[in-house]
Amino acid sequence: MRHTISLFVDNESGVLSRVAGLFSARGFNIESLNVAETLDPDTSRITLVTTGDDFIIEQVIKRFNNMVNVIWVDDLTEETRVEREMILIRVEAKQATRAEILRMADIFRAKVIDVGAESYTLELTGDKEKVNAFMELLEPMGIKEIARTGTVAMKRDAKKSNTGEDKE
Amino acid sequence: MARMIGAEMFFETLIEEGIDVIFGLPGGYVLKVYDVMPKFEGKIKHVLARHEQGATHMADGYARASGKPGVVLCTSGPAATNTVTGIATAQMDSSPIVVFTGQVPLPYLGSDAFQEADHIGITRPCTKHNYLVRKAKDLPKTMKEAFYIASSGRPSPVLVDMPKDVILEEDELVIPKEISLRGYKPPTKGDPNQIQKAVDMILKSKRPIIFGGGGLIHSNAREELIEFAHRLEVPVTSTLMGLGAYPQDDPLYVHMLGMHGSYAANMAVHSSDLVISIGARFDDRATGGNFDEFSPDAEIIHIDIDPSTIDKNIVVHCPILGDAKLVLQQLLEALPSKIDLAGRKEWLAQINEWDEKHPMSYNQTGDKVLTTYVIDTLSKVTEDDAIIVSDVGQHQMWVAQFYKFNYPRTHITSGGLGTMGFGFPAAMGAKFACPDKQVVCVCGDGSFQMNMQELATAVEHKMDLKILLLNNRHHGMVRQWQTMFFEGNYSASYFEVLPDFVMLAESFGAKGIRADKPEQVEATLKEGLSTEGVVLMEIMVDCEELVYPMIAPGGAMNDMILGAVDVA
Repeated sequence: MRHTISLFVDNESGVLSRVAGLFSARGFNIESLNVAETLDPDTSRITLVTTGDDFIIEQVIKRFNNMVNVIWVDDLTEETRVEREMILIRVEAKQATRAEILRMADIFRAKVIDVGAESYTLELTGDKEKVNAFMELLEPMGIKEIARTGTVAMKRDAKKSNTGEDKE
Repeated sequence: MARMIGAEMFFETLIEEGIDVIFGLPGGYVLKVYDVMPKFEGKIKHVLARHEQGATHMADGYARASGKPGVVLCTSGPAATNTVTGIATAQMDSSPIVVFTGQVPLPYLGSDAFQEADHIGITRPCTKHNYLVRKAKDLPKTMKEAFYIASSGRPSPVLVDMPKDVILEEDELVIPKEISLRGYKPPTKGDPNQIQKAVDMILKSKRPIIFGGGGLIHSNAREELIEFAHRLEVPVTSTLMGLGAYPQDDPLYVHMLGMHGSYAANMAVHSSDLVISIGARFDDRATGGNFDEFSPDAEIIHIDIDPSTIDKNIVVHCPILGDAKLVLQQLLEALPSKIDLAGRKEWLAQINEWDEKHPMSYNQTGDKVLTTYVIDTLSKVTEDDAIIVSDVGQHQMWVAQFYKFNYPRTHITSGGLGTMGFGFPAAMGAKFACPDKQVVCVCGDGSFQMNMQELATAVEHKMDLKILLLNNRHHGMVRQWQTMFFEGNYSASYFEVLPDFVMLAESFGAKGIRADKPEQVEATLKEGLSTEGVVLMEIMVDCEELVYPMIAPGGAMNDMILGAVDVA
């Protein structure tokens, strides 16, 4: 099962490799790992997406809790949550396909952030499925390069759930 | 505030922490620490080991015998990597050691400088935590944190990496009084609801058994454990690491369980309806490794300070997170004043019957000396009152089976990692911790060769330390597995060349004596143990003796090989 795990950690060198090391020591793969400072510059938030059975994930979370640099950890998988990732895609843009690419970008609410003689670079945010769908549609045009951030996630506010732009 | 360099802060903080002995070796990037060391003479004793692995096992043995953290000091690169086996050994057995390593100056970090290694990266998986110190003024705080983390919660090793420029930097000495780490809050007392649930389960149980582990020793829970077992008349079995936590001469004691545990202990755990595990982690060597068939009729209470041990190997019905001593106190308070113990007699009688049917025994006949006989004789000669530090191999299991451990911290061995070469340096550490106790290192010819250079250190410190070397010219446990599971293909388990261990000991300035006949054993032990100084007693033993009983790897606890007749 796919798990989205959120960790608040000390913003120090080595913390990320401690977290990642728990997975490598067990031979598990991490699907995506996202880390950046929080409102408090002394802490970072890590969003980690991985696949494993419940038993393994439970063990990993217990080990996270044991780490001195981990302030708290939360498995968001069973929670109502918002998940987003951002992708940059450089796609081949020939005369014949330029209009079609822009139309698709419009439908997906992607932004054109760089225009070249033979390519467009597009920026898109959304959940994993939306990003994958967008890539599939652009595939026939010729995707030259992509950069994905991996998932960032947050619990929904219980009182204000389902109100924002996350219905996209 | 006094101004001083990092190297001086290092010693000031050690003294503040109550550390009086450190084990180490000098080298390039840590030389300034050694340079200022004479200023602290009389307050801190430095034991010059001959190898950093030896130093680390000494610190570990010191920690296990005293309950206080053991300290290692060494330089960077190869010195730090030499400590890794010792650190991993301490980690697996929850021993609190703090390892201080020198490091290249901060601007050189990552440049592949001379004797540079990524100590933090290398030791990350085998420490509870580790630090790279970046400023001298941070050193005392970091050290305080390191000692706090190493010795609180589940005790474990911590490493502090000290770059050369940090050691040389001058600043004001500020040793904080309090430590606060927002991501580290080890549990202490158990949850009251879980305590009540456990009490209900215990009162309902007809065939309960206590499965005691090393956590009982770390938390000094002996008195509580005895009271708990006696009030409920619950039999007590022990893991290898738990030996000594409960007095072996107590009638409720059922001896060690597991791969080489007693028939009675394993049958009792297998047939129990309630396993009360305290400070044990259901290691595969303690459970036989067949987790699916572990105690099929039993509910399980698991008391442990480390949440990550819960449900790791065995699914638990009632987990209680907390310190073993405090949780036992809570359980004792929650027990009713009158407890119906009807039916317990039958359970205890059944266990006795198992014990009488297949006791731990040996049959010393013939000319060849059996190790079991030697250990049994050692137990009698020392009146079960020594600290026995065993190395790893067959002799280790025989020590666990035949020496009678009645007190905590008297049995020291490498359980989890099974580190050959641990015994001798760890015995030295134990002797530094407990200079008034008789300390005996029991080792094999294979394991002693892995750290025998420390004989020099022992002689240098005029230690009163005894080594019982059981020489069967083999890697005995390897040979046993080859006998039992590899059709007697004794590939690379025989030593074509061995040193003359008696001469070896003498060459280091120790005393060496040897026996090779059963009738010499007792006199040799008596002579060796009563001779002052470092004495190596070599006994030539039979290489064909096998450790029984045994659960084959991955077997269930009631599926035991009881003796040679069972080997197909």
